[in-house]
Amino acid sequence: MLSGLLESIFNGVSIGSVLLISALGLAIVFGLMGVINLAHGELMMLGAYTTFVVQNIFKTLPAPLFEFYIFFALIAAFIVAAAVGLVLERGVIRFLYGRPLETLLATWGVSLILQQLVRSISLGLSIAIATFSLLFFGGMWLIKRRPDFDRIRNGTIAIILPLSIAISAAVSIFLAQTYGLTITKPWFGAQNVDVTAPEWLRGGFPIGDFQLPYSRLFIMAITVICLVGIYLFLQQTNWGLRIRAVTQNRQMSACLGIPTAQVDAFTFALGSGLAGVAGCAISLLGSVGPNTGQNYVVDTFMVVVVGGVGKLAGTIIAALSIGTASYLIGSGNLATIFAPIQPVADFFTFFATTSMAKVMVFALIITFLQVRPGGIFPQKGRNVEL
Amino acid sequence: MANQFGRRRFILLGGAGLAGTVILNACTKPGSSPTKTPTTAPATSASPSDAPVAANGNTVKVGILHSLSGTMAISEKSVVDAEQLAISEINAKGGVLGKQIEAIVEDGASDWDKFAEKAKKLIDQDKVATVFGCWTSASRKAVLPVFEGKKHMLWYPVQYEGQECSQNVFYTGAAPNQQIEPAVDWLLKNKGKEFFLVGSDYVFPRTANTIIKAQLKAKGGKAVGEDYLPLGNNEVTPIIAKIKKALPNGGVIFNTLNGDSNVAFFKQMQSAGLKADKYPVMSVSVAEEEVKAIGVEYLKGHYASWNYFQTVNTPANKTFVDSFKKKYGAERVVNDPMEAAYIMVYMWKMAVEKAKTFELEAVRKAANGLTFDAPEGKVTMENNHHLSKFVRIGEIGADGMFKIVSESKEAIKPIPWNQYVTETKGFACDWSDPAKGGKYKAKA
Repeated sequence: MLSGLLESIFNGVSIGSVLLISALGLAIVFGLMGVINLAHGELMMLGAYTTFVVQNIFKTLPAPLFEFYIFFALIAAFIVAAAVGLVLERGVIRFLYGRPLETLLATWGVSLILQQLVRSISLGLSIAIATFSLLFFGGMWLIKRRPDFDRIRNGTIAIILPLSIAISAAVSIFLAQTYGLTITKPWFGAQNVDVTAPEWLRGGFPIGDFQLPYSRLFIMAITVICLVGIYLFLQQTNWGLRIRAVTQNRQMSACLGIPTAQVDAFTFALGSGLAGVAGCAISLLGSVGPNTGQNYVVDTFMVVVVGGVGKLAGTIIAALSIGTASYLIGSGNLATIFAPIQPVADFFTFFATTSMAKVMVFALIITFLQVRPGGIFPQKGRNVEL
Repeated sequence: MANQFGRRRFILLGGAGLAGTVILNACTKPGSSPTKTPTTAPATSASPSDAPVAANGNTVKVGILHSLSGTMAISEKSVVDAEQLAISEINAKGGVLGKQIEAIVEDGASDWDKFAEKAKKLIDQDKVATVFGCWTSASRKAVLPVFEGKKHMLWYPVQYEGQECSQNVFYTGAAPNQQIEPAVDWLLKNKGKEFFLVGSDYVFPRTANTIIKAQLKAKGGKAVGEDYLPLGNNEVTPIIAKIKKALPNGGVIFNTLNGDSNVAFFKQMQSAGLKADKYPVMSVSVAEEEVKAIGVEYLKGHYASWNYFQTVNTPANKTFVDSFKKKYGAERVVNDPMEAAYIMVYMWKMAVEKAKTFELEAVRKAANGLTFDAPEGKVTMENNHHLSKFVRIGEIGADGMFKIVSESKEAIKPIPWNQYVTETKGFACDWSDPAKGGKYKAKA
């Protein structure tokens, strides 16, 4: 009985911690900044692919080093996802603040682009993209220095844009025809890629007839570290103070000399980086492929909405309770508990498959949001619209 | 903008975000239409096709209709490779009836409506001689009315749940009695009587598990539990807990999961301490390509049931594997659906040559009874438009290849209407006899 209880708690918490680490980045981007980032899942996917790349680099190194690749992968995943997030914020999202529906569509588009990018990126494609960026942005930068830039702006773009596309396309076609497969071969392809956890993460810690998987324990540890890190960062550092100030009152912060644009970019990059870390963590449990992100994005939004805006504590409680609920329903444990009361037991047995459990969890969440529309910790104070 | 992001707005946005993501996901997931209507034969049979075939000049057009983008691209891309290998081989040897084959590749984009739309386009605009295509049962069900309505011809290369027998489709993958049922028999004999069934939540696993449960009941085995995972779901903790509860001392797990969930399932099985010696998993959707993507570390010692493995030892297979690697790179692997796709192009060619015309009705008649020396062995197109095939069970080895542990001595004849399922028991299919057709009551 004791080991059964322990198993239930552990499994519930471990499902919850996967949800939590996936939702952490979103809790910042969506919860604090209010940006609906549908590309959050794809940032996780990039983190997972970074893990794959780091793993392959470490495979070429002497054997004992390979066992520790995961730590480097975590850091690399954070950096890569944060960099992509930064580009995304500067390139797309900053033009769309305060226009949530456009943000929704734009980030969805970005998510599709990122998915297709990992499917088809090859040496040729990356050379083409680099050539294009160099020609277009370089050209624009040169012309921007002319005093009459504003007057000739549209005309310049009309000339430079097709020109750079044409040149980069020509370069990549030429390379593809000269060097063939070495240039055109996709790095990852449409297939899932294989991320193998290091030996020490593959087993488990046995307790009675139950085994605590090390990979789950590891994910819980990462989650806790990230949580503590974010808490300390937001509460104790200057940048954290600025982020909190800007999210509470942008105009006032700007008046007081806080560079709000920089704070936005920084916050978004931080949230994206956390998505990358989550991507690295989930690669220990699940598949790594172009669709990986899509499998998680619904759950992450669910967690943040249930948790409530701008409160990390809400996200934590929401993730853990959704995790525990879906475990208890899905594994049929609730049906066993209610076995003496026949109709209730039958009811829970009906929902005791993984896909039906998901239906029930969704139903519960909708009911909950009817009662507490603001989530577990609704935002209070003067800036709440009523 | 003083109150930039308040409660009401938050709910609105949150709702929009959730709805958006749900819709987004629903759009890209396969198998969302669990239609189970068995297709009965179209009433008309011998009337000439109303879609004339274009075989002008020196080329003949054929359609290739698979998902090149979206979720299913993972599996379907390599099937397209195998089809194009067969086409280029045939062209190199002079083509079909002196004409070079020109393949028109259309992308179904993992979207079943798009499959139907593209099938119409191939038939009406391109006037193709035949179409090779589809992977998921849902996509096949979506294009079926198109092919039946236009009396055209589809070749379908993937193992499926059976319970279908269309005059307008040739099925070169396994019917359940050529893959699932022999696997269950082998497990009962060698691995144990208690089964736990795990599958993705769509039409193939659910039908397959109905068949397995009926078969276990008939042969003295027992299904101690079953569970279904939504496609793409990676959280298998509840399933593993259930398996441990239902089979505390080990037992057989029959796995019909498809796609990404397989990775999560095998990774988490291992870390929960369910090892291949006590809990052998028999998969019917894990082949050479998937082994590469899941990671061999997690799969060693588990089993899969197919008609073909890359390790099959026949001269035809050696040629097939060599020419595939030569065309697409040495690190590529071949698998069962790719072999079935390769077979079907050749089968079509042989049928055309036997009929001496591209005319659909004649080709359809000529295809019945053709024998081809396939990589898996000699296979025959039976009168029910399914192939007789060899059945093999492989154990996954450390090199990611399958060690064949059991092999049928001869090709097993296909039974599309399942004999373990009450509704279809006693039914059979025979297109060589107009009186019988797609579903008739056979003598018991």
